[in-house]
Amino acid sequence: MNSLKRLAPQLITLAVIILLNYLVFPDFFNIKIANGKFYGSLIDVLNRGAPVALLAIGMTLVIATKGIDLSVGAMMAICGAVAASTVDSGGSVYLALSLALLAGVICGAWNGVLVAFLNIQPIISTLILMVAGRGIAQLITKGAILTFTDPGLIFIGSGSVFSIPTPILIWIFAGISVTFIVRKTALGMLIEAIGINQRASSFSGINARVLLIMVYVVSGLCAAMAGTIAAADIRGADANNSGLWLELDAILAVVIGGTSLLGGRFTLIGSLIGAMIIQSINTGILLSGFPPEFNLIIKAAIIVIVLIIQSPALKAHYQTYRDTKKPPEPAPAPSSRTTS
Amino acid sequence: MLNSSLLVATNIDKNFPGVKALSQVNFTLQAGQIHALLGENGAGKSTLIKCLTGAYRRDGGDILLLGKNINPKDTLDAQKLGIGTVYQEVNLLGNLSVAENMMIGRQPMRWGMINVKEMNRYSKALLSQYGLEIDTSLLLSSYSIGVQQIIAIARAVDLSGKVLILDEPTASLDSAEVKMLFGILRKLKDRGLGIVFISHFLDQVFDISDQITVLRNGQLIESVATDEIDSIDLVTMMLGYELGEENKTKHYNHSQGEPLLSFTDFGKRQKINPFNLNIAKGEVVGIAGLLGSGRTETAETLFGVTAHDSGVAKLQDKVIDLSTPRAAIANRFGFCPEDRKNDGIIGDLSVRENIILALQAQRGWAKPLPLSEQKKLCEHYIKALDIRPTDPEKPIRLLSGGNQQKVILARWLATNPQFLILDEPTRGIDVGAHAEIIRLIESLCDKGMSLLVISSELDELVAYSHRVIVVREHQHVAEIIGADISTDNIINAIAANSVEPEYVLKGAI
Repeated sequence: MNSLKRLAPQLITLAVIILLNYLVFPDFFNIKIANGKFYGSLIDVLNRGAPVALLAIGMTLVIATKGIDLSVGAMMAICGAVAASTVDSGGSVYLALSLALLAGVICGAWNGVLVAFLNIQPIISTLILMVAGRGIAQLITKGAILTFTDPGLIFIGSGSVFSIPTPILIWIFAGISVTFIVRKTALGMLIEAIGINQRASSFSGINARVLLIMVYVVSGLCAAMAGTIAAADIRGADANNSGLWLELDAILAVVIGGTSLLGGRFTLIGSLIGAMIIQSINTGILLSGFPPEFNLIIKAAIIVIVLIIQSPALKAHYQTYRDTKKPPEPAPAPSSRTTS
Repeated sequence: MLNSSLLVATNIDKNFPGVKALSQVNFTLQAGQIHALLGENGAGKSTLIKCLTGAYRRDGGDILLLGKNINPKDTLDAQKLGIGTVYQEVNLLGNLSVAENMMIGRQPMRWGMINVKEMNRYSKALLSQYGLEIDTSLLLSSYSIGVQQIIAIARAVDLSGKVLILDEPTASLDSAEVKMLFGILRKLKDRGLGIVFISHFLDQVFDISDQITVLRNGQLIESVATDEIDSIDLVTMMLGYELGEENKTKHYNHSQGEPLLSFTDFGKRQKINPFNLNIAKGEVVGIAGLLGSGRTETAETLFGVTAHDSGVAKLQDKVIDLSTPRAAIANRFGFCPEDRKNDGIIGDLSVRENIILALQAQRGWAKPLPLSEQKKLCEHYIKALDIRPTDPEKPIRLLSGGNQQKVILARWLATNPQFLILDEPTRGIDVGAHAEIIRLIESLCDKGMSLLVISSELDELVAYSHRVIVVREHQHVAEIIGADISTDNIINAIAANSVEPEYVLKGAI
């Protein structure tokens, strides 16, 4: 109940944007089944939003530690390339998935070591892989778009289970399991602690290095899943364009979702809602039939409005406005509770 | 003394979510008066000040300045009206010159450019009224905190000129600087300024103030002329109960048998020279010395914050690893650092999370402490240490300094340590919490815990230490045991053979 209240601004924003989509495209809520699979604009939002949603999961944990991961887009390209080249050279889909995830773990661990052991600022540490990652991906695909026809791998991108497209299942499953793990263990609190005050946290015996590497590895894993989905979706690994600029969408999703870039308290569900807000905007612009050259500007304008609505400064103004409206309470009995 | 009411605040109310921080508080400041505002941490002093200066919006009540109703929107507005504030941490800019700091925002101009010469001249002339003959073109940071404090006061008076509010101005000053500051305050008072003075040091309050107002739990307790009250009555008013005689019986007959911990040639280059130290079970070892002498460095080396590079540590004859705080905690060490805000509290986490943090870190992330157990622990420590407010879900940054200190103590007590290091446990804490923490130290050592306590309050060290180590210039220079422990002996040891008593190794603090 409490967390529902905390997420109210995000939920309301999502509802408003979906309503706008409905207004510009009345068929928005129509869902039909074709080829044993749900189709429709709403399903499209959930399906197309999978990569950003997955990236946002890892990004939330990284940002909670006061870090940032700029390399997620490049890691998507690397992992998609690894998966595609594995099936291309005759490997099974299981091997392809395992190697893609392994690549994600290695990339994440690289970032984590730079941040945790060499104390390089996260924005610089991950910038290295952001730049180098596409080069690595190009080496794996040998500079071309590596297409494949393996049905198992294609299933990841465009298959369905119980009529639900696979990408939707993957990001929802990932979201639930990561939330479960961080909140049912002490991980969540320890991550928040190092994000708020790393020095005091290590004074209390928290192993900040291990936790930092862990969150960057999770981010790498999420990017690996996103990269595999993106490659499977177009049946090919495009080292230049897979996940291009998605790191920025992922960061935006986290911020819209209500996690501060200053680290500390985080909400995974908020970030997932944030990812869906971004995808609803993208889909809505496409559906509205506006000339495509307006897309980026409209998207930017909507995001500015969303962020203004959520700004703490506005909230404070609203609070004082509401307080002045409220009739004065009767003075309570002197309490012994104090703050300074 | 002029007898006209300069600033009158009546029935001030201020609420925070769940807390009534000020309730119907009245405060009257006369022109030419130094008015001390006293109370425990959390009594509402800072809140009242912030309401007066516009940093907070008050929820009720009136403020009259020279008989006119005022409503400062923010501190800048209050400054224009004539109310200037100087905070404990000087908030000037260290990387600008003294003159720039004093004239910022109102630099004298000539031909569209800043007239540096005039700026330096004006600020120099202004400061010389305060007996400060310094080169105002130099960087502010090249002067001591005491001088910076006076520059801040000069700036505030020059800008506002009616009311000067000083929030713990003497906290980081040495006694000569305090004397200089008080001289200036008396001069300003003679000029008809009204000065509000907040301090934890009662002797200073008696020395300088004309009137004393005491707050407790957000309510006005009393406002009296300084010469009509003695310190016992004052403390009683602040605490709301009679302060029991501090237990000063020392455990002279402390068994110096097998030491629990022994450190041999333990040290860290550039921080603290190698020292030998044995600590018995249930023993309190005090560490005395000047700021930067190696007190904190001793503690941080023992706890693995800066890993030692010489010597060995033994726990009951077994060599132990103390290379990181984690390793130290694994040997059941605990450490309450001096800089609570940066090294102690996790501001945005709740009191509950702050209490269980060390215990949870020890268990590892995979074994979370069940919520019911967390709540039981918190309930126990909130009660045992009298932590207020009692709501364990409140973020710790909202608590007052003394209560934050108690939460950090609770964090370590929850891990059941056998050796606890306390670095300045009573710094910046009000009288009540002060006495409680001293009582706690004594009861912990009665229960068999070994403690190392660093303090600049020598009376305190004398009260609870079985042994006092004196540190000077990064070296443990003297050890005072049992009946020999007295403030005189400690001071003599600190000062002995010292060419420059306030010697500070640059870059080592």
